Amino acid sequence: MPHLAVNDIHANYGKLAVLHGIDFKVDRGEVVSLVGPSGSGKSTVLRALVGLTPVTAGSVEVDGTSIDYAAPRAVKAARDRMAIVFQQYNLFQNMTVLRNVSLAPTKVKGRKRAEVEAEAMDLLKLVGMDHKAHAYPDELSGGQQQRVAIARALALKPEILLLDEVTSALDPELVNEVLDAIRRLASEGMTMLLVSHEMAFVREVSSKVVFMDAGKVVEAGPPAAIFDTPKSDRARDFFGKVLR
Amino acid sequence: MDYNFQFNVVWRNFDELLSGAWLTLQLGVFAFTCGCLIGLVGAACLSFAPRPIRWLVQAFVIFITNTPALIQIYFLYFGLPEFGIRWSNEACVLIGLTLNAGAYLTMILRAGFLSVRATEMEAGETMGMSLPQRIRYIVVPHIAKSIYPALANFFIVILVMGTSVGAVIGVDELTGQAINLSTVNYRWLEYFTVVALMYVVLTFIASIGLALLGRWAFRVKARIF
Amino acid sequence: MERILAQFPDFFTWKNIALLAESAGLTLAMTLLGCLIGFGLALVLVYLRTTPGLWALPLRVACIAYVEVFRRIPFLVVIYLVLFFIQTVASDVSLFSIAVISICIYAIAYTADIIRGGIESVPKTQIEAAQAMNLSRFQTMRLCVLPQALPVIIPPAIAFAVSFIKDTALVSQIGVFELTFRGKELNNQGYSGVLVFGTIAFCYFLMSFPLSLLGQYLEKRLATPRGQRHSR
Repeated sequence: MPHLAVNDIHANYGKLAVLHGIDFKVDRGEVVSLVGPSGSGKSTVLRALVGLTPVTAGSVEVDGTSIDYAAPRAVKAARDRMAIVFQQYNLFQNMTVLRNVSLAPTKVKGRKRAEVEAEAMDLLKLVGMDHKAHAYPDELSGGQQQRVAIARALALKPEILLLDEVTSALDPELVNEVLDAIRRLASEGMTMLLVSHEMAFVREVSSKVVFMDAGKVVEAGPPAAIFDTPKSDRARDFFGKVLR
Repeated sequence: MDYNFQFNVVWRNFDELLSGAWLTLQLGVFAFTCGCLIGLVGAACLSFAPRPIRWLVQAFVIFITNTPALIQIYFLYFGLPEFGIRWSNEACVLIGLTLNAGAYLTMILRAGFLSVRATEMEAGETMGMSLPQRIRYIVVPHIAKSIYPALANFFIVILVMGTSVGAVIGVDELTGQAINLSTVNYRWLEYFTVVALMYVVLTFIASIGLALLGRWAFRVKARIF
Repeated sequence: MERILAQFPDFFTWKNIALLAESAGLTLAMTLLGCLIGFGLALVLVYLRTTPGLWALPLRVACIAYVEVFRRIPFLVVIYLVLFFIQTVASDVSLFSIAVISICIYAIAYTADIIRGGIESVPKTQIEAAQAMNLSRFQTMRLCVLPQALPVIIPPAIAFAVSFIKDTALVSQIGVFELTFRGKELNNQGYSGVLVFGTIAFCYFLMSFPLSLLGQYLEKRLATPRGQRHSR
């Protein structure tokens, strides 16, 4: 049974249809990457999975249980199992790093603050940010903020981690520190779905690549097949421009 | 609550309320227009006049905007006769409101003056525009656009908060009429409810008119609500 | 003119000064109380206004209508409405309470708009991040949005309260012993109008001007991002 199965989902952004039937599967412990030109709907897939963009048709299954995005309680359950990291980090500007990471476990899960903070420190250590636990987000570089954002998502103890172009907003010299953190998670067997423009990294870390265009999946398969011998013209054209 | 609302009395005297509303509108428009002239002079002084005059204008603005309009009007009505200056209650309200509006409008217009950027004037100059042309095509549109919403908003403030102060020294504008009429037949709640609604209608009409005017004359998308 | 000068020592007696100080205190107290309660209720109003769902539509409309209507009614009319309404439903409510309630009703309408503006200044992405973490709507508002909106809200809210000190002069109409009422009383006792209302104006100035400067200072200070404030 796949860990995450996305079956023919459709989504609208306002009145504009942005996803016209997306299908793919992610196995347990697998890293799957969504690639494609901007505006192809990759980020929308992630947003739809955590209920930020409404799903209008199709179904999503996590571990065999299907999620009904029309029901608020089901959306809550989906958010319990999947955590998202945003392109712009979206750390809460009014809280310290430690508070950002420990907020949801204390406030949503109602756990004890001391216990949660100890865990949060471990997570910050994992992403190499424990020395900045008491700093505010606006005192950190983009790369540091993004690593904190990853720790914050992990603090929710998600089964699946969704990473939405997490390096796109970063200066080039800061990209690697974030990629290192993701590599470590992948080696620990975290199931991850990532949207990225870092093709070399996608190739290295993922076991499957899904190529999307105009709200549809054009082709999917192992990275070598997709990158080196794409079957569709659209993918060949895109990778021809991107990989050079 | 076993209060028995009786609006018949109010409808019987509705004409008098309407005449009060008319006076309210007149007072508001007059104070606003004259206040704009004072404000224009004041803002020009703050921008271009020599230092002592600037200080004087500044002191005027600070003093007026930090004291209640009611006290200013009391001063004119109860204080000035001691110097042999006797104005009617309507004149006192009119002059008091105009001075008050003048001070606030000085600040609003001053902000508008400041919004004109020197670089735009220079750009106009290099394009060979004369000073009147630059004023006509650069300064005025710019100021109009940046301060029109504030001006429109202030007109509503004058119309509502400003003119009603007149009731306190017996001017028969809308609030004054409500006090006069309800003292006669004790239907206070009814009169004041109706008058409150009349103010809402009056200012809505004014707001919509001002928004349309702004769109038509200055291409400003003023907020009606 | 001579009359005014002659009255000078008569007017500025300790008794009169103490009386004025007490009334000024009352003016400040009712403004502060009314605006503080009004601010709290305006927060509730703005929160209710964002209630999602079709069933809450009447609630949202009511919240918008409240703000729109009360911003368009003169304060004096609100005072009379509150006075007569309360007198018909309850018999022994003090004039001071009636004044505070009137101020409060007015302050809600004005500060609600200020609060809404502040809340809209917080990026939507902050709210999305909180939603994705399963924080409730109330938690999102209390923990993430409001703390970030307050620096934007507080300066204009203070400016409103300070400017409202002057507008409370109208409360003298229903006989609250605040500054303006005292002024009229002293004037009726035969003191010169120039002297009395000049002094009263000066008293208002003493309250309003320093507080407005304080508001401007706060605005500058709160406009500095936290990062720069910490690393000094």
